[in-house]
Amino acid sequence: MPMTMTQKILAAHCGRDALAAGEMILADIDLVLGNDITSPVAINEFTKAGCECVFDCNRIALVMDHFTPNKDIKAAEQTKKVREFAGDKGITNFFDVGEMGVEHALLPEKGMVTAGDLVIGADSHTCTYGALGAFSSGVGSTDMAAAMAYGKVWLRVPAAINVRLTGKLRRHVSGKDVILHLIRLIGVDGALYQSLEFSGEGVAALSMDDRLCICNMAIEAGAKNGIFPVDDQTLAFLREHGAKEPRVYAADPDAAYERTIEIDLSALVSVVAFPHLPENGRTFEEIGEVRIDQVVVGSCTNGRISDLREAAEILRGRKVKKGVRALIIPATQTIWLQAVREGLMEVFIAAGCAVSTPTCGPCLGGHMGILAKGERCVSTTNRNFVGRMGDPQSEVYLASPAVAAASAVMGRIASPDMLDA
Amino acid sequence: MLLTGNALCYGDNVDTDVIIPARYLNTSDPKELAAHCMEDIDPAFLAKVKPGDIIAAGRNFGCGSSREHAPLAIKTAGISCVVAKSFARIFYRNAINIGLPIIECAGDFHDGDALEVDLSAGTLRNGTTGESYVFPPFPAFLQKIIEAGGLMNAMAGGDIA
Repeated sequence: MPMTMTQKILAAHCGRDALAAGEMILADIDLVLGNDITSPVAINEFTKAGCECVFDCNRIALVMDHFTPNKDIKAAEQTKKVREFAGDKGITNFFDVGEMGVEHALLPEKGMVTAGDLVIGADSHTCTYGALGAFSSGVGSTDMAAAMAYGKVWLRVPAAINVRLTGKLRRHVSGKDVILHLIRLIGVDGALYQSLEFSGEGVAALSMDDRLCICNMAIEAGAKNGIFPVDDQTLAFLREHGAKEPRVYAADPDAAYERTIEIDLSALVSVVAFPHLPENGRTFEEIGEVRIDQVVVGSCTNGRISDLREAAEILRGRKVKKGVRALIIPATQTIWLQAVREGLMEVFIAAGCAVSTPTCGPCLGGHMGILAKGERCVSTTNRNFVGRMGDPQSEVYLASPAVAAASAVMGRIASPDMLDA
Repeated sequence: MLLTGNALCYGDNVDTDVIIPARYLNTSDPKELAAHCMEDIDPAFLAKVKPGDIIAAGRNFGCGSSREHAPLAIKTAGISCVVAKSFARIFYRNAINIGLPIIECAGDFHDGDALEVDLSAGTLRNGTTGESYVFPPFPAFLQKIIEAGGLMNAMAGGDIA
């Protein structure tokens, strides 16, 4: 039976030769992930069920990234609970302030995910690792508890949408614009319960950071996972980061897809998703003058080194518009250090940006950049729901690092083309 | 199992940020979470919800974050069942795993409709309009998790394989 790439990885993790869409399986996991928000609930369930030992102390990752450095006493109690659990169970991959990063930037960087893996995480953006040729998907805290205890997860085998890419992105157009374009095309539930499988000659022209960004937001189209084929770039990335030996799976040429969507990368332009859904994408032809109060460059979506380079290229020698707060949040310690070495930090500070230690902070309205009533923010993060970044009457506009940086300079939603040369 | 309650109606794409805003996620205590349930979409929710009431919504209910705090807050606030045209996938699995009944149903409802859900028979009756709906049973695999009282019990008992 012909299978998609996702179906092949799932089959290999439940001892089956073949699987069909719609089947229910109990699959073995390679890694389970939790953060400081979702792990405490999982620990409650784990303890309540009378579980004592974890299935494998080396295959659980606990990353303290959401409300850290602890934003208040309650947040401090939550990280303490996870810290003590990790110590008690001998969990080796516990990442605390000082070594942690935003989880979905951190795990690939640490080589903790390889091609062919099955990874689940109690965080919806766990789907990021599809960029590495892995099956990865966001689940809840009880799923995380069961995975920590038994090393297994229940899954409904997904059907897939084939997203065929051709061409090559233009300057200042990035993976973020690809995924915002796709979500605009199919809607926030356009891939519900399905895989987004990327294919085509255009894949080779996308950097690993672009692919990570694209898979990261697969969930914003409702998808179970996003996944890219493994190519030389993927293998080089995995080697560079010391990942385990990859297991390379490819979709069968006659695999069945629910539908195929063609995207010509060379025809794409910058996309900005207007409040309050990621599907509300607009191109600059459709955007009038929208004044802004804040800009955020960071998160599991766009806090990687190439994102910082893109923002710095635009901010170099320019100033953040008076009245706009611009926040730069490198996603990991390694990215932070790299940005220092490349002189990007000097560019940001000279431009009038505030640079933060790694945290998810403002993305989910936790801390480090909360919006007041009526305020607007252009953000490289992933969600623009009501109240996402603060007051229910504030507004979040999702965009690429290039657009975010240009907007910081202009004080309004702006593309890099709108800046003076 | 028979669930009866009045409908509290919402539209499409009710996301987990409005079900339980992230500013309240610095706790995992279900009661504290329930005290802010639906706050950003319906500030009057807590004042009007009565034990057993049923949330009736449109497409893609529970989209967004994986936070299990969302179904936990809804369940602890006294909601007996969520009826929606479709559910976002993580909310769907979280509800199954923690034992919050959810039903996919294409019907349109109004605030205050007297709803009666028979989970075993797979029927939903709107006592206010007299309309009835049939919904398909969960796959046998998920039925076992539900019957075990949630995922942790099902795993411990070896009910699913």
